[in-house]
Amino acid sequence: MAITSAPVKSVGASQSPFLSTAMFAPAVLYILLLVGGPFLLAIFYAFSDARIGNTELHYVGLENFRSILQSPSFRIAIRNSLIFTIGSQIVVIVSANILAIALESAFRGRGFIRFLILLPWVAPISLGAIGWKWLLDSIYSVISWVLVALHFFKPFSAPMWLGEPQLAIASVLLVHSWRIIPFSTVILLAGRTAIPKDIPEAAAVDGAGFWRTQLQIVIPMMRPILSVAVLFGLIFTFTDMTVVYILTAGGPFDSTQTLPSLAFTMGIQGSDLAAGAAISLFLVPLLVILAYFMLRLARRAEVS
Amino acid sequence: MAVVQTRNLTKVFKEGHLGAVNNVSFETREGEFLVFLGPSGSGKTTLLRMIAGLETPTSGDILIGGQVVNHLSPRDRRIAMVFQSYALYPHLSVYKNIAFPLKAQKVPKDQHRQKVEWAAGLLGIGALLERKPRELSGGERQRVALARAIVREPAVFLLDEPLSNLDAKLRASAREELERFHRSVGTTSIYVTHDQVEAMAMGDRILVLNKGVVHQLGSPTAVYDDPADTFVATFLGSPPMNLAELNEVIVGFRPEHFLPSVNVTGETVPLRFKVENTEYLGSEWIVSGTLVGGKLDSKKVVSRLPNAQHLQLGGVYDFVVPTRTLKFFDRTSQKRVAAKDVTWQ
Repeated sequence: MAITSAPVKSVGASQSPFLSTAMFAPAVLYILLLVGGPFLLAIFYAFSDARIGNTELHYVGLENFRSILQSPSFRIAIRNSLIFTIGSQIVVIVSANILAIALESAFRGRGFIRFLILLPWVAPISLGAIGWKWLLDSIYSVISWVLVALHFFKPFSAPMWLGEPQLAIASVLLVHSWRIIPFSTVILLAGRTAIPKDIPEAAAVDGAGFWRTQLQIVIPMMRPILSVAVLFGLIFTFTDMTVVYILTAGGPFDSTQTLPSLAFTMGIQGSDLAAGAAISLFLVPLLVILAYFMLRLARRAEVS
Repeated sequence: MAVVQTRNLTKVFKEGHLGAVNNVSFETREGEFLVFLGPSGSGKTTLLRMIAGLETPTSGDILIGGQVVNHLSPRDRRIAMVFQSYALYPHLSVYKNIAFPLKAQKVPKDQHRQKVEWAAGLLGIGALLERKPRELSGGERQRVALARAIVREPAVFLLDEPLSNLDAKLRASAREELERFHRSVGTTSIYVTHDQVEAMAMGDRILVLNKGVVHQLGSPTAVYDDPADTFVATFLGSPPMNLAELNEVIVGFRPEHFLPSVNVTGETVPLRFKVENTEYLGSEWIVSGTLVGGKLDSKKVVSRLPNAQHLQLGGVYDFVVPTRTLKFFDRTSQKRVAAKDVTWQ
């Protein structure tokens, strides 16, 4: 083979400088029009008194932010957003690890079980949430029916899963977890199978039992892929409003509102566009932090 | 220290298929360096993994120190294993890698540093303790793996082809280091390899395996000079022993015993040898060709000579094999039989 000192050029780039621009354009346009535009509009509205059905617009400074910060619903929404996001990620990571360990070893029907576990991720989130709405319904709940049949509760006195603030919060949190678990399981399973078999075997010979091998060897070795799963899970849950909107619509008494659902309730349903925009802007700093970590992870994956 | 013993050990991976290990019985000696030698797929690694407790035997018993350990988990067998890949924990420093077995075996924490430093000192890696495995060379990784194995003073060492990931130059020095290491700790060791040179150089005794069956267990000289069957005869030695079917037996002679007639005195078998190819290997020559005339006419044979410059390609020469170096094998069982009188012409 001949060795030349000329730097290797990528063929496409040297042939046509327009080609690369053309290939990039759809993605850039999409982001500018459908993400950038609304984002700038949201900032603009947040400093105005925009309302649905009102054509006039006035600059009001920080008035929207002041009134939001004083609203108890907003504080509950922030608290819930954090509870749902962090709480469900804890449930998700624990369950996904257990499932990944179980699905790692070969057994009859493993393919089918894997398929079942993946279903919640494949199904549209709104359909899944509607299914849960029925499972948790105050009258027709299958879960209540089973608990009554097992004599945990007397007939007609089973808990209102979505009707009591504490239970509603727990229900929403668990549905969020149910939604993300398959995704994390698949990622963790991939991370697990990437660990050479020798390593847990060496740990076994070295005298480590199941827990020590998992906690001190396998899980630390999966840290990069684990953080991918956690970051994606955090973002999916933090920005999601479908689950809350369908299950409780933020109720009872705004007790399950999150930032996105409150923004929707106030901005669209309540016609107060300015307030909705201002609320949704509170998502930005947290998402910027998450995006920073994701980019760092992506960079590291590129390097290694 | 302890003796490892197996009784009729068998491992069948798929029911109805041939076992990976079939009815293997052997016993190590105290403090011995025993080598499992065989081609790939011979069951040597499966046998080692059963002894380690990483694989469950289909039938038969494993004894360590006289005690049946079949039902014990790896951690309870007082063994240490060095893996082909070394299997170092990549996220832990060298110190923590070596200390891991101590932690796992719940050795009191205040003894850790002293023991780790002792093991690291023994292998000359005391300066590397704060490094991560990825910052080490192949040879250093091997030493860390050995240090991790020695640190809790196991009764038995199991080594699964630990040199096969090293380049040729490093392998020779690592081999020497392993030998020195074994002499200094004196722990009973079982070493798996497919490399006959490693086996001959390091083993006190060699267990030759093929298709899960033991062909011979003996010292390097015994397996080389007195092979129990044709498999052992051809697997050990490079180039392998020349085998020829003659009357009702198979006769074998090593290439280094097939020599020009002028060099040999004493009782010999004369053979005419047509030279077809010569290879110069520095310290020796490998000469291959065919026999001419007699019952073995046009039989392919190989000779190993200190000097073959005088041999011409295509030339026919008078070669001999000293009679006492001939080996005889049964034609059907391939097993070694007593020397016989055979007619060559």
